[in-house]
Amino acid sequence: MQYKTHMNRLVYSELVKLFLKKRTYLGFGIVLLIVPLIEVAMKLEGGRFLTIAMRGLSKDFLFFGNLFNGWFVAYQIMNSLWFHIPLLISFVAGDQLAGEATAGTYRLILIRPVSRTRIFIAKYITTLIYTILFVFFLAVLSIGLAIILLGRGDLIIILRGVLILPEADVAWRFLIAYLLAAWTMITIASLAFFFSSFVENAIGPIVATMGVLIVFTIISVIPVELFEIPKRYLFTKYIDMWQKMFQDPIQWDHIRTGILFMGTWSLACVLSAWAVFVKKDILS
Amino acid sequence: MTETILQTRQLGKRYGKRWAVKNLNLEVCRGDVFGFLGPNGAGKSTTIRMILSLIKPTEGETEIFGHRLKTYRSEALRRVGGIVEKPDFYQYLSAYKNLEIIGMLSNGVNHKRISEVLDLVGLSDRAGDRVKTYSHGMKQRLGIAQALVSDPELVILDEPTNGLDPQGMKEVRDLIIHLSRDRKKTIILSSHLLNEIEMVANRMAIIHKGELAVQGDVNALLNEGDKCVILQAEPRQKVLSILKRRKKILKGITEKEGKFEVIMDFAFIPELNRSLVGAGVQVKALIPRRSLENLFLSMTENAV
Repeated sequence: MQYKTHMNRLVYSELVKLFLKKRTYLGFGIVLLIVPLIEVAMKLEGGRFLTIAMRGLSKDFLFFGNLFNGWFVAYQIMNSLWFHIPLLISFVAGDQLAGEATAGTYRLILIRPVSRTRIFIAKYITTLIYTILFVFFLAVLSIGLAIILLGRGDLIIILRGVLILPEADVAWRFLIAYLLAAWTMITIASLAFFFSSFVENAIGPIVATMGVLIVFTIISVIPVELFEIPKRYLFTKYIDMWQKMFQDPIQWDHIRTGILFMGTWSLACVLSAWAVFVKKDILS
Repeated sequence: MTETILQTRQLGKRYGKRWAVKNLNLEVCRGDVFGFLGPNGAGKSTTIRMILSLIKPTEGETEIFGHRLKTYRSEALRRVGGIVEKPDFYQYLSAYKNLEIIGMLSNGVNHKRISEVLDLVGLSDRAGDRVKTYSHGMKQRLGIAQALVSDPELVILDEPTNGLDPQGMKEVRDLIIHLSRDRKKTIILSSHLLNEIEMVANRMAIIHKGELAVQGDVNALLNEGDKCVILQAEPRQKVLSILKRRKKILKGITEKEGKFEVIMDFAFIPELNRSLVGAGVQVKALIPRRSLENLFLSMTENAV
């Protein structure tokens, strides 16, 4: 009970530090700017984007109803989960430990009668809270605003063919897709957190995380025999698992494996970061 | 009987092949203002970082309030507050918020206590301002406040007067004396200035090139051994002949860079001065210097 109270206090102190820092809101600010901009622009374009995407198909198929709707636009925005959202998340997660080293405040917090492990756990929980909040914010803003601007309807997915999901089936798919996206972003945050434990400047973890993401993605998509074995172990193989929610039938096996795989990567990153952090000599 | 509250045994830290601190045995007793003296780069901050568990020793151990730091870290540090090198804070937060966060790491500190320490260091009226707007002196005072916020019994201050103007230095010294005398705190004060230690400490240790040079009671250390007077006077021949005639009060004379180093009891300084002036010697300087001062100055001169 006492441990829990103390832990709550530590997490609260980390949350205070995080949410009173301006850079924490940078990601939220960018999303708040970009999402409405894209959605308003799409509304003004009046479906030209969808028309271009379906150009070859309209000769052979007849489409009924409002396919250019809020769900369609919200789905397009989810594609930012490939690169842009990881960048913004690593911006904060990478600062969690390295930021203390840069500011010299390790000397302030690590001389207290609280174990490094507890401080580490508090920092990681804070990182998870931020990551989940950020993905939740993206979800609510992109879906909510898109539906307000463009209404609802069936969801058309144009990805190696055309799939139309009935409106009744769309909301729960989005919900699970965003939960999977949050799980994926936790892996990205854990990776940034891991790099953050090594260095004494906050830029390094961001660059390293994005570097890993780019290199892993390239290895994952290039059909070269040499990469066949390593690509099985890269988390980027499952970075698209949220997208499987918009397929029919849903590839639950791929999603289940992805959840385990991402979880293993997150755990490995956090345990490695912990091992570095508790043994680290504070020289800054 | 005086209780030992901090003890280091054979404490050492090695970086590569270089020992930053080696075989260090310190003993701090309850109620001490313990001066930890050494030239820059001597290993003071490394030692303090080891005592506060910021860095892990390569060898040896530290015991605080009877708890081994290595195995009972939290218990050992529960009654300790400290400031390590320059005071850094969350610049975007106010002084009050910084202390509140630090308090949370020390089992919680209430509003009254935060206000009390801010008042103690004279920052009450700026408590709500962001730390980034503070001057160096204010940050230094806030550093002392954060060391005191959990009301520790042992306060470790690593060069707390660094970068302060003479008035600021005096204020910090007065605060240390107040904490020791009126609040019964035990204080470890590191410095590279002997006179600073002399003014506030009752016990001291000198560290040089990572090793303990001397440790003990400040007055005893300052008074033991030969005392030396640096004499700068002209003309040289006349000075020499007078000095040779006063052999009874002088234990030794050496000439170095145009100055005479005379080993003698300080009580005879007025008599020596009278003899020199009476003989028409132009006395430019007569500087008493104790053996400890000489030892420390020789270390400082050789320091990196």
